[in-house]
Amino acid sequence: MSDQIILNNENMVTSKTSVSVLFAGDSGDGMQLTGTQFANTVAVYGSDLNTFPNFPSEIRAPAGTISGVSGFQLQFGSKAVYTPGAKFDVMVAMNAAALKANLKNLHHGGIILANTDGFDAKNLKLAGYGEENNPLEDGTLNDYTVFEIPVVTLTRKALVDTGLSTKNIDRCKNMFVLGTLYWLYSLPIDTTIETLKTKFKKKADVAEANIKAVKAGYNFGDETEMFSQHGRFSVDPANKKPGVYRRVTGNEASAIGLTAAAKKAGLELFLGSYPITPASEILQTLSGLKKWGVKTFQAEDEIAGVLTSIGASYGGALAATNTSGPGLALKAEGLGLAVMLEIPLVVVNVQRGGPSTGLPTKPEQSDLFISMFGRHGDAPVPIIAATSPVDCFYTAYEAAKIAVEYMTPVICLTDGYLGLSSEPMLIPAPDDLADITPKYVKERKPEDPPYLPYKRDEKGVREWAIPGTKGLEHRIGGLEKQHETGHVSHDPENHALMTKLRAEKIERVIDLVPDQTIDNGPEQGDLLVLGWGSTYGAIKIAVEQALAGGCNVAHAHLRYLNPFPKNLGEILSNYKKVLIPENNYGQLIRIIRDKYQIEPVGYSKVQGLPFNEMEIEAKITDTLKEL
Amino acid sequence: MSDTNTQLTAKDFTSSQEPKWCPGCGDHAVLQQLKNAMADLNLKTEEVVFVSGIGCSSRLPYYVATYGVHGIHGRAMAMGSGLKAARPDLSVWVATGDGDALSIGGNHYIHTIRRNLDMNIILFNNEIYGLTKGQYSPTSKVGLKTVTSPNGVVDYPMNTLALTLGSGGTFVARVLDRDGKFMREVFKRSAQHRGTSVVEIYQNCPIYNDGAFSVFTDRERKADTIVYLEQGKPLVFGKESNKGIMLDGFTPLVVDLGDSSVSKDDLWVHDENDKLKANILADFFDDPDTKEDYLPRPIGIFYVEDRFTYEDALDDQIAQLQSAGEGTLEELLSGPSTWTIN
Repeated sequence: MSDQIILNNENMVTSKTSVSVLFAGDSGDGMQLTGTQFANTVAVYGSDLNTFPNFPSEIRAPAGTISGVSGFQLQFGSKAVYTPGAKFDVMVAMNAAALKANLKNLHHGGIILANTDGFDAKNLKLAGYGEENNPLEDGTLNDYTVFEIPVVTLTRKALVDTGLSTKNIDRCKNMFVLGTLYWLYSLPIDTTIETLKTKFKKKADVAEANIKAVKAGYNFGDETEMFSQHGRFSVDPANKKPGVYRRVTGNEASAIGLTAAAKKAGLELFLGSYPITPASEILQTLSGLKKWGVKTFQAEDEIAGVLTSIGASYGGALAATNTSGPGLALKAEGLGLAVMLEIPLVVVNVQRGGPSTGLPTKPEQSDLFISMFGRHGDAPVPIIAATSPVDCFYTAYEAAKIAVEYMTPVICLTDGYLGLSSEPMLIPAPDDLADITPKYVKERKPEDPPYLPYKRDEKGVREWAIPGTKGLEHRIGGLEKQHETGHVSHDPENHALMTKLRAEKIERVIDLVPDQTIDNGPEQGDLLVLGWGSTYGAIKIAVEQALAGGCNVAHAHLRYLNPFPKNLGEILSNYKKVLIPENNYGQLIRIIRDKYQIEPVGYSKVQGLPFNEMEIEAKITDTLKEL
Repeated sequence: MSDTNTQLTAKDFTSSQEPKWCPGCGDHAVLQQLKNAMADLNLKTEEVVFVSGIGCSSRLPYYVATYGVHGIHGRAMAMGSGLKAARPDLSVWVATGDGDALSIGGNHYIHTIRRNLDMNIILFNNEIYGLTKGQYSPTSKVGLKTVTSPNGVVDYPMNTLALTLGSGGTFVARVLDRDGKFMREVFKRSAQHRGTSVVEIYQNCPIYNDGAFSVFTDRERKADTIVYLEQGKPLVFGKESNKGIMLDGFTPLVVDLGDSSVSKDDLWVHDENDKLKANILADFFDDPDTKEDYLPRPIGIFYVEDRFTYEDALDDQIAQLQSAGEGTLEELLSGPSTWTIN
């Protein structure tokens, strides 16, 4: 990526295709808010972007220490952006601990905006540097461009006339930094000003102070000599599809996707759920959607979460439950019941590092096996995995469609990385969303033949009988059912038949699954990188770069994990080798090996961290060498 | 609700499936009285859903000609709660046992009761695990010898109704499987109650725990071992109605009405709206076989409270938020803040 330097009247402006920024500070410094503001501004400006918050799992670790560092990373660009950036180009370090915790992920030669007020003796000590080893002075940062800004001092100066207490003035320091960054990246400040006016509608003095701080930060850029040597930067708006956009995190997108599906299907949405990191935002978002008729039920545990949903589904609602790994384990028996009852249910599993409590705030892709096999008995369910925050919307929507139209539980896999990341979403028109058609049994008259709860249509799907409908009174349960009548049956032949019919029904979901496509690269050749779920962005960029470097490599990414797309086997056979990078210890690779009898190369990363493109590109190069 | 004048009978609530309970099992009587009560209440078969977990009693949904879901062990309450929250218009009944409700489903039991969804819990307590063939249950008496307690149970038994009251129960009652008519009336009262109602049934298991309640049900002994609770009436029991319960402060005392120093006017008068007294009654948990100066076991409606139901509160919130119009799909997709790219 060549940077273009443009000289204008006063400032030298370097044009960039993409920039990754990290806002890092103490968890009380408002870094999430600052990052969000910056993201909103670049979004409105027209850049593509991807954000990822990174905060401690403790609620409020001791101020000034490494464990208290809160970060918000985002990448914005004039072309499509798929990740928050493997490393960042710019770091805002509000204190010494923030610098220490994140320096290893800053590109060599990257920019540091250091709040020198956060590098006093106390902060240096808390960060573990020691008073004698101030990184701003001892040469540690010689490889970087460092802008030392006494943010607190300057904010206090700028806000001296506001009449606010020093404590309240100091709270505005993040807005000062934000203003400086807007100046540095030639971005407008009005989006943030508008937001502050709305956010502090009832506290005019606070709004005024924050706005003053943003402006002061921006003007500081203009006035100081500090930046004159380097000039400013700019990132052109992306060539994005015209339309109306909003920004969503993956978890918000999942929640909206479920609600949209319910609306489209003419059903009431019911979510039975128990809070669990990193899935709670789905429950939280849906709890705020009562205006859309959404019913959320915060259950006493994960088991009640899935069982209340099963009850609601039996009653005729579009029922869903959301969870993360350990919660999915607890829901397993309930899922078996839903398989047996053959009623619709969507389970959104926001995967995290496991096993057990594992790494609750860190992402992993290690629930594929439990999703695929983690139930007693033969109990197959469809599985879809989201590939991006926005795709969480479409995945949840599709999961609901499959659940309702095939009368089955569906597992929708996202993860902590997708769930908390955000990106711009082109708002779809309601008509663009696929129809969802529940197949209800009609009311019956006494002279009609008796209703058969387990009579199936040509897809192998039974009809949905809603309690309250006259003439359809029937009893079902977890005991094996007699074919068609649904009566309890322990007949061996019947059990074999019902097991087969349930499995075949799930296999027929393949009719809704679009053919697998090649995302990038040749239709056949040396190496196919096969990914699933949240690794999409990292693999996408890695393959792009490998192709640019002359490698014979292609990328295919799975959203549909059960059943696999019809043509997947054929695609796999078109390459000499298949490479499967996964954030687990090798789960998809075993399923592919088993089903298609090929020997792919596995590539596992289990650090509670998403892959970065450099790792995958290196693995591509290595794998090609061994061919 | 009725669109026809045809009054349904117990027979109309009888499904095509023959009950597979053992001969002499108390469940048969409960099933019959449930059907009688539903007919008396003028319920329609399509508006009733029976929900259950696992255990002998949890097979009940198969035997009533209404809607029914037989779920998984201990989870009937959760399933019923989701159903009722989604469909407040339905009459939801939960059939459950002492193991199902109080052991594996204990967590759901207490939370269901505190939420107070309008649901009727019929709790069959036979102090034993029947379907799994005779292991002791959380309500089994200390010392009971079973396949898992060959030397006698050392677990202290759970006091169902004290737990129910402690969890915020709004309709708390106990009946005996041998008391057909009484049971029917209590079922009717429980169904008319808006909120979660619990009717604990002392139910005999003739196979694994035969006679567990005979001290309360045998013609010879029951008059002296149980006391019927009747609203506004003094607590009188005994073969010749010669005994009563008095309160000395918070301490219940059995008094002899033959003694001229006490009269019926001195006795405790039952008030089903008095929670404090209901808690004292729930604490009448003596075993007349092992304790000499025992208090009689109360039978009847202990406590009734009028408290808002979960589903009403939820629906009210939704209605209030929708009063200015329901959210549209367009609004949902757009969210609070958008920008346009041309």
